[in-house]
Amino acid sequence: MTSQPKPTQSADHGTTLRNYTIGFVASLVLTLLAYLLVTQYLSADTPQLSRSVLVIALAVLAMTQFVVQLVLFLHLGTETRPRWRLFVFWFMIFIVLILVVGSLWIMQNLDYNMMSPQETTIYMKNHQGF
Amino acid sequence: MVLSHARERIESDIKVTLGFWLYLMTDCILFATLFAVYVVMQPATAGGPSGAELFDLPFVLGETLLLLFSSFTCGLALLAARARSKNQTIAWLLVTVGLGCAFLSMELYEFIHLINEGFGWQRSGFLSAFFVLVGTHGLHILVGILWAVTMIVRLSREGLTHSTNRKLTLFSMFWHFLDVIWIFIFTIVYMIGAIS
Repeated sequence: MTSQPKPTQSADHGTTLRNYTIGFVASLVLTLLAYLLVTQYLSADTPQLSRSVLVIALAVLAMTQFVVQLVLFLHLGTETRPRWRLFVFWFMIFIVLILVVGSLWIMQNLDYNMMSPQETTIYMKNHQGF
Repeated sequence: MVLSHARERIESDIKVTLGFWLYLMTDCILFATLFAVYVVMQPATAGGPSGAELFDLPFVLGETLLLLFSSFTCGLALLAARARSKNQTIAWLLVTVGLGCAFLSMELYEFIHLINEGFGWQRSGFLSAFFVLVGTHGLHILVGILWAVTMIVRLSREGLTHSTNRKLTLFSMFWHFLDVIWIFIFTIVYMIGAIS
């Protein structure tokens, strides 16, 4: 009978074995890739990647795994309209960006403004004045 | 009558999961604050050791894989509940709790090891921030384990009712969320820390 009600059907999109398995395998691969990149970098005498490239690569891997787990484990974006969860999620991202970027920015400026006179002299030499 | 009752339940389920989602999002903001503190504090080692000297990478990979696998088995518990198999649900929850306990033991071992070496949270700003960030995550894991244990008890007593199903959905959201936070601890604290 099609009229048989399913208790939690609307909260349930995306809960399939296929989704969980893909999410698990993808997360596993992304984690191991990040780990191998770092151990390779640490063990090599002359690393193939520069440090800043490696940091960017690690950030990209982490963000990919973040999206994979959000979609396949937490089923973000699969709810029916109105998509309140997605809306709250983007607002959270907005707050987190202000919080993290703002903190780092301010603290860097603070470091600069709180330099000792000797450090200021060295800084001015290196940067040819302010 | 039956249909309208079912619809009411669906609508109340949607409200409850949305409410719990709101909690998770505010928890994200808590962790973002701790991450910001950690990144600012990372160079402040006060002559003590940096992360690169302290962290044991294979050990951390082990922790990470345990937690990732427990996130997967938690999903399998939810699927078993959807398939209305009480025993399978309890079995996968037990596996999840076991993996969670293994993860937490490894983390405690790491903390105790660091403290015994003289690198506790009093040593430097970097170590304070490290213990607070990773410790807060560990505390969440502890709460998750206790929650899962109470659910196993309830499931074995009451079986798969509407109420236990709903709690299982919320628990799975919480547990997956903790693995999501760990991605960033793994990357920012351990991986980037090791090459700094």
